[in-house]
Amino acid sequence: MPIGKFMMSGAGSRCAACRYLRRRCSKDCIFSPHFPSSNPQRFAYVHKIYGASNVAKMLQRVSEFERSHAADSLHLEAKCRVEDPVYGCVGLISRLQRQIHNLESEIAMTRALVMMYESSLDRRKGSANGH
Amino acid sequence: MGGNSPCASCKLLRRRCAKDCIFAPYFPSDDPHRFAIVHKVFGASNISKMLQELPIHQRADAVNSLVYEANARVRDPVYGCVGAISYLQNQVAQLQMQLAVVQAEILCIQVQQEPMILPSQPPVAAMEAGMMDGPMDHKSGLGGFLHSNVLPSQYLSFSSSSNVTTHVESLKRESLSFLGHDMVS
Repeated sequence: MPIGKFMMSGAGSRCAACRYLRRRCSKDCIFSPHFPSSNPQRFAYVHKIYGASNVAKMLQRVSEFERSHAADSLHLEAKCRVEDPVYGCVGLISRLQRQIHNLESEIAMTRALVMMYESSLDRRKGSANGH
Repeated sequence: MGGNSPCASCKLLRRRCAKDCIFAPYFPSDDPHRFAIVHKVFGASNISKMLQELPIHQRADAVNSLVYEANARVRDPVYGCVGAISYLQNQVAQLQMQLAVVQAEILCIQVQQEPMILPSQPPVAAMEAGMMDGPMDHKSGLGGFLHSNVLPSQYLSFSSSSNVTTHVESLKRESLSFLGHDMVS
């Protein structure tokens, strides 16, 4: 006998969103593929930042194939925002940009050192041949 | 904002803009798009709750980051800001590889240079660290080079990983044993 998500209005088969919203989880619930009941925190984050109806609208705006990626990115952004209420994931973007800038500087300095060593090596070889 | 000039939020929401409107300082009426986009993604009541939970001096930054995220989400409804994060993380990984390659070049050059400078290097304190058997110039030259100001010790920890430092130390040990076999006669 099929059980689980195919049962309607069963208390144990609602997705995390419908459990959170205390409503019946229908067969075509837009949230259920992306917010399983095993991970209630995932929906809690997106609900806190975006609200259920905004999340539903954003998921409806993309194709079914892309919805899981959209749900994942919404979850990640919401989690970042809960952890950093001022900057959210923009804080992470800033840190990555600074890291890139530092790495580029380090590479440039290291390349300059390589050139310095190579010219020192050439000079030494030249003076050794001269003697 | 006074009753004469509602902020962009109150204009969009069609309500009276109170003197203490929480949106007014951050959503001026001359930029309606700014509020429209955050309202579309987050919703006015969620923005209001988020701002209320923050001290006033942090609200401007919070609004700017929310506008940035909302713009990213509208441009890319699937990945939003996460697309930019993935791209930047890839860039970081590539640059770290480039850095490792260039640092390996430095080590190769060091190894090439050591035989050339051995005769002229004075003994250095590194010998006393127990790495050498005796104060012979060629051995001290090797240790001296590795500890000389040609490659400052700070540079050895310059890398973002500890692998370069470990590799340099192992190069020192290998070079010393090579010299022990070939130079002493």
